[in-house]
Amino acid sequence: MRDIRQRAGILEAQHLVKDFRLRDGVRLSTLHAVKDVSFSLEPGRTVALVGESGSGKSTIARMMAKLETPSSGRVIIDGKPSADRGRGLAQYRRDVQMVFQDPFGSLNPFHTIRHHLERPLRIHHPGWSSSQVRNHAHELLERVQLTPASRFADRRPHELSGGQRQRVAIARALAPGARFIVADEPVSMLDVSIRLGVLNLLADLQREERLGVLYITHDLATARHFSDEILVMLRGEIVERGPSDRVILDPQHEYTKTLLDAAADPENLGMLRDEVRNGG
Amino acid sequence: MRPDAQPVLTARGVFIEYEVDPPVKAVRNASLTLHRGEILGLAGESGCGKTTLAYGLNRLLKAPALMTAGEVTFHDADGRDIDVVELRDESLRTFRWDKVSMVFQGSMNSLNPVMSIRRQLHDVFTTHRPGMRRREREARCAELLGLVGVDPSRLSSFPHELSGGMRQRVMIAMALALDPQVMIMDEPTTALDVVVQRGIIREIMRLRERLGFAVIFITHDLPLLIEISDRIAIMLEGEIVEQGTAAEVYRAPRHDYTKRLLASFPSLRGERGDFVRRGADTTTGDAA
Repeated sequence: MRDIRQRAGILEAQHLVKDFRLRDGVRLSTLHAVKDVSFSLEPGRTVALVGESGSGKSTIARMMAKLETPSSGRVIIDGKPSADRGRGLAQYRRDVQMVFQDPFGSLNPFHTIRHHLERPLRIHHPGWSSSQVRNHAHELLERVQLTPASRFADRRPHELSGGQRQRVAIARALAPGARFIVADEPVSMLDVSIRLGVLNLLADLQREERLGVLYITHDLATARHFSDEILVMLRGEIVERGPSDRVILDPQHEYTKTLLDAAADPENLGMLRDEVRNGG
Repeated sequence: MRPDAQPVLTARGVFIEYEVDPPVKAVRNASLTLHRGEILGLAGESGCGKTTLAYGLNRLLKAPALMTAGEVTFHDADGRDIDVVELRDESLRTFRWDKVSMVFQGSMNSLNPVMSIRRQLHDVFTTHRPGMRRREREARCAELLGLVGVDPSRLSSFPHELSGGMRQRVMIAMALALDPQVMIMDEPTTALDVVVQRGIIREIMRLRERLGFAVIFITHDLPLLIEISDRIAIMLEGEIVEQGTAAEVYRAPRHDYTKRLLASFPSLRGERGDFVRRGADTTTGDAA
């Protein structure tokens, strides 16, 4: 075990378990959504969590963002168990922020972009003056490449494209001064040609700000290219983990191989057709 | 059955407009030829008009969408040519689903939740094959479910009792019901998990080999299209900017947009291409 000093700046999940109670008429059953999952996020590194829907990826994201309470296990930040209420929780939320999948649902259509960024700044920096808050909001917009900031600040979400909205969502996550970002399928709802831009933005910020990023996705290709480590989940368990190139190029677990085989690869053009034709 | 040179559906100079203010020209001068038994991929981003064009080919456009120009001809297996644009009422009703069927986008959710799978499948036959006996219908429905890999006992189930993948398979069974010569599939697997998606794609390919229908496969997933299609058409802002065999589009794309589209998919196993993570590497590890 590393001592506390070495673990400063690290966000850890220790033996996380989440069970959901299901009701089917009068019968109760338990769904084990997450079974004993441990990993750690370090500054400047991206960890990808891949798996199919229902594998428990999003439940882990929600537990890391404290939107869900683990049935057992702990979330450790800087070597200390994270708080569940009060000032400690407020500090935790300052440190760990989430970017959601749906950029159309995660911004309030009633408020301007400025409001979305200034509100977290005010909440997390109560001492700041209005002009400080305003300047900082503009800085954030520029950091996510929405320039000139003054043109975007007074718009409302419906005036922006999906990719621009997701950039606002990322800026919003950075506003409290987060050190860790949990990104739950941040680009799966965006058009293919703008996904790369948003992922590159996340990568830039991650490197420049030394953010620890948990990148949740079902897309193995971007997981490989945008993360240092890949965790493969199957029915609530991590079945394989390792450096991203190793997991993709030399998979060990059967399930990882199944996932890789299912991913479309243009290099295989015509192969499936011939396979089926020759009696598959 | 191998794709041969015989066309089954041709579209010439199709223009489709949404008559709103200001009018939106959703499809501009689109020409396509679909050959018997081939898979034609139609790729493009959201809003490029691919679904609108598919609806136009099947005469499913609803106001305010209107086909303002162009011709669509269906070349029937018995040698007759049908002018799809001129079809009215009864002739249109017999044409649809019988000759050209469609698997809709998000069709997992287009099954009626309060009707059993049996009733919904029977419905196709009572409408289009009024002479069919009840027992024949039942046998055919069971056969169809078997074809797409769903247990025939599921006929009595309601849609909510089936998984997303199974619902999608039921939709494909429904599209197969009348032995159509063309099947238009609009993002048939987008909402599904990769492993399930793979199973369904394989099923579609297998059925096509067996039954010989032609497929227009619409999606934005270009790598998938390249893998499965015979030919590919790339759409941009309502226009078809490039058409060619899958190999041509992949190995030697001509239009800039095709190149851009190809570059936005990272290669799973190959080189990193455009997907080099930018920014100074602050870790000392093996990250590139």
